[in-house]
Amino acid sequence: MADIKKPEVDAVVVGMGWSGSIMAIELAQAGMTVVGLERGENRDTYPDFAYPRIADELTYVQRNRLMQSLARETVTIRRNAQEGALPLRQYGPFLFGDGVGGSGVHWNGFTYRATDADLKIRSHYEARYGKDFIPADMTIQDWPVTAAELEPFYDKFEYVLGTSGKGGNIQGQMVNGGNPFEAPRARDYALPPLPTAYPSMLFDKAARELGYHPYPTPASIASKSYTNPYGMQLGPCNFCGYCELFGCYMYSKASPQSCILPALAKMPNFELRDRSQVVKVNLDSTGKIATGVTYIDAQGRSVEQPAKIVALCAYQMHNVRLLLLSGIGQPYDPATGKGTVGKNYAYQKNSKIQIFFDKDVAINPFIGSGAGGVVYDDFNADNFDHGPPNFVGGAITFATVTGGRPIAQALTPPGTPKWGSGWKKSVKDHYLHSFAVSTQGSVMSYRDNYLDLDPTYKDAYGFPLLRMTFDWKDNEGRMTQFVSQKAAGVARAMSPAPKSVAVNAGKPGDRFDMGPYQSTHTTGGAIAGDRPDNSVVNKYLQSWDVHNVFVAGACSFPQNLGINPTNTIGAMTYYAAYAIREMYLKNPGPLVQA
Amino acid sequence: MTGKHDQSDDTRPVASSRRQFLIKSVAILPAAGAIAGCDLHSGNTATGSNASSANASADTATPYHPTFFNAREWTLLQAAIDRLIPSDAEGPGALELDVAVFIDRQMESGFGHASAWYMQGPFPHEIPPASGYQNRMTPRDVYRTGLAALDSHSVAHFSGKHFEQLSVAQKDEILHGMDGGKIKFEHVSAAAFIGMLWQNTKEGYFADPIHGGNKNAASWKMIGFPGARADFLDWVAQPGKPYPLGPVTIAGST
Repeated sequence: MADIKKPEVDAVVVGMGWSGSIMAIELAQAGMTVVGLERGENRDTYPDFAYPRIADELTYVQRNRLMQSLARETVTIRRNAQEGALPLRQYGPFLFGDGVGGSGVHWNGFTYRATDADLKIRSHYEARYGKDFIPADMTIQDWPVTAAELEPFYDKFEYVLGTSGKGGNIQGQMVNGGNPFEAPRARDYALPPLPTAYPSMLFDKAARELGYHPYPTPASIASKSYTNPYGMQLGPCNFCGYCELFGCYMYSKASPQSCILPALAKMPNFELRDRSQVVKVNLDSTGKIATGVTYIDAQGRSVEQPAKIVALCAYQMHNVRLLLLSGIGQPYDPATGKGTVGKNYAYQKNSKIQIFFDKDVAINPFIGSGAGGVVYDDFNADNFDHGPPNFVGGAITFATVTGGRPIAQALTPPGTPKWGSGWKKSVKDHYLHSFAVSTQGSVMSYRDNYLDLDPTYKDAYGFPLLRMTFDWKDNEGRMTQFVSQKAAGVARAMSPAPKSVAVNAGKPGDRFDMGPYQSTHTTGGAIAGDRPDNSVVNKYLQSWDVHNVFVAGACSFPQNLGINPTNTIGAMTYYAAYAIREMYLKNPGPLVQA
Repeated sequence: MTGKHDQSDDTRPVASSRRQFLIKSVAILPAAGAIAGCDLHSGNTATGSNASSANASADTATPYHPTFFNAREWTLLQAAIDRLIPSDAEGPGALELDVAVFIDRQMESGFGHASAWYMQGPFPHEIPPASGYQNRMTPRDVYRTGLAALDSHSVAHFSGKHFEQLSVAQKDEILHGMDGGKIKFEHVSAAAFIGMLWQNTKEGYFADPIHGGNKNAASWKMIGFPGARADFLDWVAQPGKPYPLGPVTIAGST
């Protein structure tokens, strides 16, 4: 029994990052009473992200000021079922955004759309390359949505964010300078592209000369003053260089704080409760209907919040863990392939191509604007022939400078001593004269990469931690080698010519390492699909098993993409909110018949 | 434990005394400003130390009294970080930028206590490769145990000499041995200890001076990082042109 029982509300939203903020405001605007529960603290642009205190690499990056304390909850990791899983004790491969705004505070603002080749991946590859092309243990499956179906919701999210960019395919009309590979969009981006900084110019010119199709990165960082559909105002970015892993003091980077929450907070039918850690979704005696959630409040009391609809909008891993802790759906069993909760955990495979110039080339790496820059999609999705390189997936390749933080972002060429006088001289010689081109690659899902509950390790409240079983596969090693060598070719073609180019990329045979940071774009475990036996939720993110539970976020991705996940998370969440408003409220029950 | 880090300790080697001289002679610091283009940067000289007096320590009349480290540890810590980032003609070293002060303050912070790390057991007896941090020790434990082990190793392998008494080459031999796995300690991983020490040394060297190191933002001046200026829209339109302004800090000093 909970210490406290609250009155029932129409909807309770778990987690107040992007998906939670979208769900909360969309349901509140439909007249529903909504409670938002966030395990971290409340915070706002002022005073929490205010200048000059925000310009502090040690506090925000090295000490993870905006991230969840792992002392409270973490994840355990093993590379295969034969290994014992060990807890992630300090931050390594990925970061858990914490507090109101979630990872929408510290992100860079990359806002890409998926193509039909991405969304219908299995059908598409089987049709183009034959059924044998996809390895037997690769458990990729089609999304239950098409690019055309998602378009209005991508559009809606981008206009809430004030995304800066240049459309390449507007209602079928190709636009010079935009992305020629994108699916048709109804209209151009909300704002024109950000100004192009020098490193991105060098990349753009070299990529174009090699015949690729670079375009301005779609960046949810305002290039001009903007008022979004909720009446929230953004101001133009000043390229402060404290974007990635920081909150934006300029009201330029889109975040729940700058785009949604002030409008939501004004609504009398919405209540935000921070420092409220949800530990369970409560079910009725049939196990088919959720009655609300139980959370631990800031005083350590257990509180029951009854609700007619439960929207799980926490980080990918926490959503999956809550489903497992609550007994919603059947846990996935890799031995039999049966069960769905925890299935198809995936990740991203990234690389860096470091480029060093002579001292007369002033790169000025501290001039940074998060996602602002230049990217090409020539080796992403199915925009090239996968037959000869023989892998599934691809990567975006881009030059964006997020900032020139000297502790973590100062580059030194291979052969530089790790410390000592030689290290110091190298940093001094190269800091102003280097930058990196990045690739961000897809990771497919596999039968033996999955999530379940750890049998040994517990969180601060005594509940089992989530356990990740994950290792790299050779498909991703081949992918990252292929796209990284192409990117290195662009680097070498730059003018002025680089002094040296260093490729930092994985390769086939690599094992997963819990130590270094790799990507926070973790996906899967509560995947969306067209049938209850292959997925946890339907295309409206509605649980197949408990119809008044909706699960939003990257946990719904059946496999990962070569693009940043946020736009697709936002679009899927808007689609789910639309389905709740327009269909579910009129006739509560399964929105897709099994 | 206070007051034991006696500057007149007669075991202090010549090289270290020279370093103390350098630390006290802060006016020498802007020698780092000899790098190309640095004439455009803020040309702080001795007056620069006044601007960050809140962080000043070794160059003032009152030396910094470490809170966490005892006198022996303080001496060893300084001797080690002096090798990780030495002072030379290229620019300032870790010692003169108060990196030891930074690390002492970090030991008192949440970081030192591992307050945001998952520290519940069980801990593995054999730590598998590529499994991140699997140690039950907090950074405070790692430093305390690691510095003692560093000194014991020195005494055992260099005719009874303490680490700070060794030659530069001997000190580097030990630190490289720890780094490369050739030297192992009994109660703490030598590689993990020097990994943490190097990470924190680099942090103290490059972090905003508000945290106690990077005195007078001298490392930023050396590399050309404008610090907390955080406003460059005007310079986006001037591609490839050197940026003309020196750094500002969070506390407002330049």
